[in-house]
Amino acid sequence: MAQIFHPSTNTFSKVSIFGALFLIGGALWGLAVLNRSGYATQAGVAREQPVPFSHKHHTGELGIDCRYCHTSVEVSASAGIPPTQTCMNCHAQIWSDSPTLEPVRASYRSGESIEWIKVHDLPDFVYFDHSIHVSKGIGCASCHGRIDEMNLVRQVSPMQMEWCLDCHRNPAEHVRPRDEVFDMAWWTDDQAALGAKLIDEYDIEGRDDCSICHR
Amino acid sequence: MANGTQIPRDERRSLSSHLPPVVQPGHTMASVTDKISSVVLTRQTPRAWFIGLAISFSLTMLLLVAVTYLLAKGTGIWGVNIPVAWAFAIINFVWWIGIGHAGTLISAILLLLRQEWRTSINRFAEAMTLFAVACAGLYPLLHMGRPWLAYWLFPYPNTMGMWPQFRSPLVWDVFAVSTYLLVSLLFWFIGLIPDLATLRDRSPSRVGRFVYGLLAMGWRGSARHWHRYEMAYLLLAGLSTPLVVSVHTIVSFDFAVAQLPGWHATVFPPYFVAGAIYAGFAMVMILAIPLRRFYGLQDFVTMRHLDNMARITLATGMFVAYGYMMETFMAWYSGSIFESALMTNRFSGPYAAWYWALLVFNVLIPQALWFTRVRSSTVALFLIAVSVSIGMWLERFIIVVVSLHRDFLPSSWGMYYPTFWDWAMYLGSIGLFFSLLFLFLRFLPMISIFEMRTLLPGAEVKEENP
Repeated sequence: MAQIFHPSTNTFSKVSIFGALFLIGGALWGLAVLNRSGYATQAGVAREQPVPFSHKHHTGELGIDCRYCHTSVEVSASAGIPPTQTCMNCHAQIWSDSPTLEPVRASYRSGESIEWIKVHDLPDFVYFDHSIHVSKGIGCASCHGRIDEMNLVRQVSPMQMEWCLDCHRNPAEHVRPRDEVFDMAWWTDDQAALGAKLIDEYDIEGRDDCSICHR
Repeated sequence: MANGTQIPRDERRSLSSHLPPVVQPGHTMASVTDKISSVVLTRQTPRAWFIGLAISFSLTMLLLVAVTYLLAKGTGIWGVNIPVAWAFAIINFVWWIGIGHAGTLISAILLLLRQEWRTSINRFAEAMTLFAVACAGLYPLLHMGRPWLAYWLFPYPNTMGMWPQFRSPLVWDVFAVSTYLLVSLLFWFIGLIPDLATLRDRSPSRVGRFVYGLLAMGWRGSARHWHRYEMAYLLLAGLSTPLVVSVHTIVSFDFAVAQLPGWHATVFPPYFVAGAIYAGFAMVMILAIPLRRFYGLQDFVTMRHLDNMARITLATGMFVAYGYMMETFMAWYSGSIFESALMTNRFSGPYAAWYWALLVFNVLIPQALWFTRVRSSTVALFLIAVSVSIGMWLERFIIVVVSLHRDFLPSSWGMYYPTFWDWAMYLGSIGLFFSLLFLFLRFLPMISIFEMRTLLPGAEVKEENP
């Protein structure tokens, strides 16, 4: 009976066995890349907000301190989203009839909060506390990036567990003097020496046990 | 086969002349090939096959329902809870993994030891191994509760920045079982290649020639092919040999590394390995005895095979009985009140009936294998094999449930009752096993054709200058 497969098809056999290794390896590598990309983490994606509030304008250009709005960042887990009243402190006087700010005024009149879209949203099983990070000398910009250069806020970090652990395992690479925490543009040329000194001074342990975040 | 024969075959035959032959006399190369390949190629599929597949497939559907409901509701549908958080899932996992071991022993160790009688049973014993490992693998995956995250068990550079806990035997298990599955699959497939080529050449249908041709991977039976084939097969046999011992040793570590009375015992690894081979040979007999009858293969799977398997079953059964004895002895000898409390609980606690049933099924009944009359009766062998299978399942039940349900603190004692879904999963996995087996019987040669041909007197190579 005639054979369906000519002997030359054996080459396909060999190539496919050999190629399968690369195909599977490549697919796994591709998945790992995809998993860390902005597509999966939403890093680098600016979010639309109910009011197009510009951090760049308020912080970078006008020089308002982070804590003017995020009042609880030094004392509690949450940095705090300001009430409409905080906006109105200024906007009752300036741009008081801008149509862009109408949702702010509407919120002020009715007492209903503006529903801002949360950009840095950790899973509910992660316990994160701003106050401890701030008081141990981790700058806002270390995690949030140059907020003072963003019109609409976007994540700059992947916010994946390996990213958290990177710092928790090597805090010396990221720690800065407490006075510089809120300075967006702070930079040192000798992080190694400064980090080692500050770790000691601030008594930073760099804990990476499960229950430090998953309580 | 390359057997650098030191002892001429005739002489070896005469050493065991009182035993039935490995192949009934009167067969030729052609008749062996015809007989085995006709089951797959030409003969009409017997009605019993359809009935068997229908029953097993219905049970597989029960498994499907059970798994679907499990995924929808979570592991709470099982009877597991604290303190018995491991129950049917682990019992059945160990049971199935154990059954697989006979296949590997037959295909690898008996090959290296040049036990020619293995030839007619190794193919379906290896298939049995694969299907048993597939059934076994289901349980730990489903017991995790979120099986879609099962890949977390593997060490890969994940976004959590974490590695699995390499000090845990449960992680070793992942490697042991996946290696086992992979090596068994390769071994089985490579062993099939020359037979797939035979089927390709003999298949009357174009589809058959295409599919078998694809799987035969261009086998032409040239001397070079045979040379490489023999080498690859031997290498794989060498690779599989340690697996016979290592896989169930690691499974036993799942228990022995814990400090629970009834688990924390040094006898566990050898006792588990012996139990695995014991259960495995019982399952091979459960399959072989009806198969040789329904497919008329008594010429190939002879009473010699059944007798040999019965002897191995008896021997490994004695190891297992020794294990039970040592557990009891150590409970007394250790002087630990927790160990002796566990033994008292086994003998007379709420699950005592299960323990005594275990001793009857696993120790008492198999003693009948001492008698030649029992070993030469297929019905008796079949019943004893079933008894061993039940006994080995009970053994795992005793180890898992009785140790867990009463540990150190009486305040945390509890009872375990299997639910309908526990049983549905178990029966369903048996259905899956037999469904795969029936499909295997229909589409692949259940006995190695080319290896059977080498057992014929005509295949003997006469050495001119010994």
